[in-house]
Amino acid sequence: MRVLRELTWVELKLFAREPMTVVFVLVLPVVVLYVLNGVFGDQPNPGVWEGHSPVDFYTSAYVALVVATMGVLSLPVHLASYREGGVLRRFRASALPRWTLVGAHVLVAVISGLVGSVLLTAVSVLGYDATLPRDWVGSAAAFLLVTLAFCAFGSFLGLVLRTARAAQGLGVLLFFVFMMLGGAGPPREVLPDAMVTLADVVPLTYAARALRAPWLGLPWDTAATTVMAGMLLVSVLLVAWRSRSE
Amino acid sequence: MANAIEVEGLRKRYGGLEVLDGVGFEVAEGEIFGLLGPNGAGKTTTVECLQGLRWADAGHLRVFGHDPRRDVRRVRGLVGSQLQESALPDRIKVWEALQLFATIEGTGRAWEPLLEEWGLAHRRNAAFGDLSGGQRQRLFIALALVGAPRLVVLDEMTTGLDPAARRDAWDLVAAVRERGTTVLLVTHFMDEAERLCDRVAVLRGGRIVGTGTPAELVRSTTSEVRVEFSAPSAFGLDFLTGIAGATTVTRRRTGVVVQGTGPLLARVGHALVERGLEPPDLRVSLPSLEDAYLRLTAPLDDPVSS
Ligand SMILES: Nc1ncnc2c1ncn2[C@@H]1O[C@H](COP(=O)(O)OP(=O)(O)OP(=O)(O)O)[C@@H](O)[C@H]1O
Ligand SMILES: [Mg+2]
Repeated sequence: MRVLRELTWVELKLFAREPMTVVFVLVLPVVVLYVLNGVFGDQPNPGVWEGHSPVDFYTSAYVALVVATMGVLSLPVHLASYREGGVLRRFRASALPRWTLVGAHVLVAVISGLVGSVLLTAVSVLGYDATLPRDWVGSAAAFLLVTLAFCAFGSFLGLVLRTARAAQGLGVLLFFVFMMLGGAGPPREVLPDAMVTLADVVPLTYAARALRAPWLGLPWDTAATTVMAGMLLVSVLLVAWRSRSE
Repeated sequence: MANAIEVEGLRKRYGGLEVLDGVGFEVAEGEIFGLLGPNGAGKTTTVECLQGLRWADAGHLRVFGHDPRRDVRRVRGLVGSQLQESALPDRIKVWEALQLFATIEGTGRAWEPLLEEWGLAHRRNAAFGDLSGGQRQRLFIALALVGAPRLVVLDEMTTGLDPAARRDAWDLVAAVRERGTTVLLVTHFMDEAERLCDRVAVLRGGRIVGTGTPAELVRSTTSEVRVEFSAPSAFGLDFLTGIAGATTVTRRRTGVVVQGTGPLLARVGHALVERGLEPPDLRVSLPSLEDAYLRLTAPLDDPVSS
């Protein structure tokens, strides 16, 4: 436990010293959300954003985007660069328990995702009078499920991708696809049909939906939650299979 | 005394290449044991198999009685390693790395003195990525020692260190052994091996071609001594070939060289004085570990003669 705590603390400091990931994970989403809120305001429009106020719609979507970015960009880049540079060997030769390194990275993702979410919520609530989570427990549970699902997927990417460059390239690509199609960009209602089909396979769509329901006090989104749980399960199995064959 | 390391019949293949072909040696507890050999001989492969970092294909491996293939966690808890190739995150600071590894090994703040000992105190807050090559190397040695291991494996510890740092490193390793730690040292420096190692093994092409104390190794491979001195060119040398034990006599630009065996210096000196020559630079070179090493690792069809 002491080891996990110390390693997480060091990894958090390392994360904060990496300007690139901090910008993508913590700064960019806040800026984009601020702009979107300014453009669309808080007036619900029955035709778009599923009838919610745009501010509320985007706030939950961006919280999902931040944890997804931690999962698919920051985490795989770190793991792949550790493997590539020989850091993983250095840790492997020590008495570090096997899962502690991945555990510490997941904790870093949860903590920085939480920081990002608080920033985003503060911008929306203070600046545009957005809704605070109606169901705190449900929102926290959804947040955790979404974070773990993306972290597990990201750990798998970090194990499969051989170089940090590859991980970075893929991560940035996913970031933009998520942002544009996962509900953090143009509302689904105005997307052309082909794009809607594509949006249906983007995991962020489900992450945002799973988070939005408890946030706005709506009935639990079973379909979206199931997709997230499935993603978590499959990714964990893939990670287990992959680290066994190492 | 109990053995810290036992290796017998260690084999390892990479693809079709037989990298280790039945390596065997033993290291007693408290000993400094050196592993020598040319590039690609399999030294790193051997010590990394022992640490459970590579999978040995066959053979009997024990580290304090534990098999690194079955009890890898146990072994890693007892062994501190300075790997030939590894790295730390670029942005981690020196003190953070030491504290982190001290926590991993469960030795609290025992890392503070290491900063001073390994000359890193003034780089305490520097990021790993900003350290010079030698400073990184010193940090890795400190990390190998931070867990107060019973066995420390140093794979080319002094590569990249400046001459003063190299001497400091030798003293520190000697001090580590004084505290009872066993040391497995891979090195290309014969002076290092001669100075530090109680016993050495020479590896060539995945096989051990010689083991023993440095002196034993020297004795077993070569007994040739060389006596050198300068002499006026008019001075006749024929009498030297008649000296007991002398095999060859050559005149070189730098002086006269007599090669042979036995107490050659005394005999040559005596003969020279008898003929009225008292060269102030009369000297002997005894076979060194380097000579023994070169003989042991020379390609079979090209024996080194010197
Ligand atoms: N992962 C690997 N895959 C394929 N071949 C390898 C691998 N690791 C080592 N080898 C080969 O095994 C042989 C022994 O390598 P090793 O690193 O053990 O040598 P070494 O004695 O430590 O050499 P050096 O003095 O250069 O460090 C070399 O021929 C090397 O090419
Ligand atoms: Mg080597």
